[in-house]
Amino acid sequence: MLSLENITNAVHEWLNATLNPNLALLSEFLIVGVLAIALFAVLGLSLVLMERKVAAFIQIRLGPNRVGPFGMFQTVADTLKLIMKEGLTPDGADKFLFNLAPYIVMIAAMMLLAPIAFAKGFQIWDINIGVLFLTAVSSISVIGILMAGWASNNKYSLLGAMRSGAQIVSYELSAGLSIITIVILTGSLQISDIINAQANGWWIFKGHIPVLISFVIFIIAVTAETNRAPFDLAEAESELTAGFHTEYSGMKFALFFLAEYINIFIACAIGATLFLGGWMPFHIGHWEAFNHIMDFIPSSFWFIGKTFFLIFLMMWFRWTFPRLRIDQLLNLEWKYLLPISLVNLLVVALMAVMGWYF
Amino acid sequence: MFIIDYIKDIFKGLKSLLTGMRVTGYYFTHHKEIITEQYPDNRATLKMADRFRGEVVMIHDENNEHACTGCSACELACPNGTIKIINKFELNAEGKKKKAIDTFIYHLELCTMCNLCVVACPTDTIKMEPNFEHSVYDRSKLTKVLNRPGSKIKAGVE
Repeated sequence: MLSLENITNAVHEWLNATLNPNLALLSEFLIVGVLAIALFAVLGLSLVLMERKVAAFIQIRLGPNRVGPFGMFQTVADTLKLIMKEGLTPDGADKFLFNLAPYIVMIAAMMLLAPIAFAKGFQIWDINIGVLFLTAVSSISVIGILMAGWASNNKYSLLGAMRSGAQIVSYELSAGLSIITIVILTGSLQISDIINAQANGWWIFKGHIPVLISFVIFIIAVTAETNRAPFDLAEAESELTAGFHTEYSGMKFALFFLAEYINIFIACAIGATLFLGGWMPFHIGHWEAFNHIMDFIPSSFWFIGKTFFLIFLMMWFRWTFPRLRIDQLLNLEWKYLLPISLVNLLVVALMAVMGWYF
Repeated sequence: MFIIDYIKDIFKGLKSLLTGMRVTGYYFTHHKEIITEQYPDNRATLKMADRFRGEVVMIHDENNEHACTGCSACELACPNGTIKIINKFELNAEGKKKKAIDTFIYHLELCTMCNLCVVACPTDTIKMEPNFEHSVYDRSKLTKVLNRPGSKIKAGVE
């Protein structure tokens, strides 16, 4: 049967048979890099279009519908426009940092792809500290944002960058704690282990209410970490004129924009992997026939489906809730999410020790 | 009790968030609620709102007669000099001189669609039309004469 796992194995064997091992590894690096960039391009185009369509339907509008059928090529046209625009660097800016910042943000997003399992046996790098790697690298992007805000030499950009820093430092905590609940239940940091542990049911079903609570906290925290509404004070179009990327234009702006959407995808992919079973099909107990039908759907479809469901959830939040003030933002984290997730962690630890899950 | 208030707060917050999401979720799934007008495409079937004000027109009947007596109440009511009325004197049947309208000049480019002229008109001879396609290449084309050539006042209107 043709599956992504078989294709990658065939390519691996063919490369090793024709080239010497070092060259084979090098060409595999090259293939993975090209695939990652292609994935980024496709995701950037499709997620921006999806966001605009979802926003339009929620606000009783039609959204883009002029370029191509249902406006499908609108984002392609926008990208072409951005490529042709001049990438202006302000006179008073710190030129080196200003030009470096978008690439830092982009590289951080790119590194996050490494441990994510896109389908059964289709994973770039299955390290044994996968989850730790994800949480560690995802906070690098704040350096890029701070760099952009500082180097722009613009008070709005600096304010936006500082807010973004405060926000990410706070929300990393509850995101980390809610990830740890799953690590406790699984007993492993490796992504493939976490997915295999969900073969007989996803954690969100197996873990009862405590895992549901940590799922909700995780979604809130990653929404904040990706700087999306209702936590978009770092950008805050109405007060800070887009915050840290006020001074950016052309392709450098496009890189920030793309990185935002890639980060959403990755955050949702992590959520889908930890709580919704990654590429694992939906199984119900002993319904053999039903489980068999579910197995027939390719694992990559399951993964993409779950991820896009979570992305849709985040878009739904974004177009429903108003933006928080900075004090409300920090109150929510330190007074509500952190205590709740700490208590929740304790309950989950008790559950794991006593074996109170399916 | 502090703890009870705290937990109550959380549930109240969650409930209000879910209420908001139900509203937006309803709109997302019910596309018949969409209110966007796809203007140049639906030009033939476009329905403007009843009270939409696009421009001032003078009502003429099928005999090319209007009810304007040339009293210039509209000119006085206009806050920004949009209307200019030029009168003439013509002899009526009894040989008496009588005031009548010669030209009703309407500067669409100055008009704010405030409707005060229509309210001021004692004979209801002018009204607002919902036509909004006013773009022209020359500003002078927006200065319009509202009474049609050869039109005259209706009999019996004083």
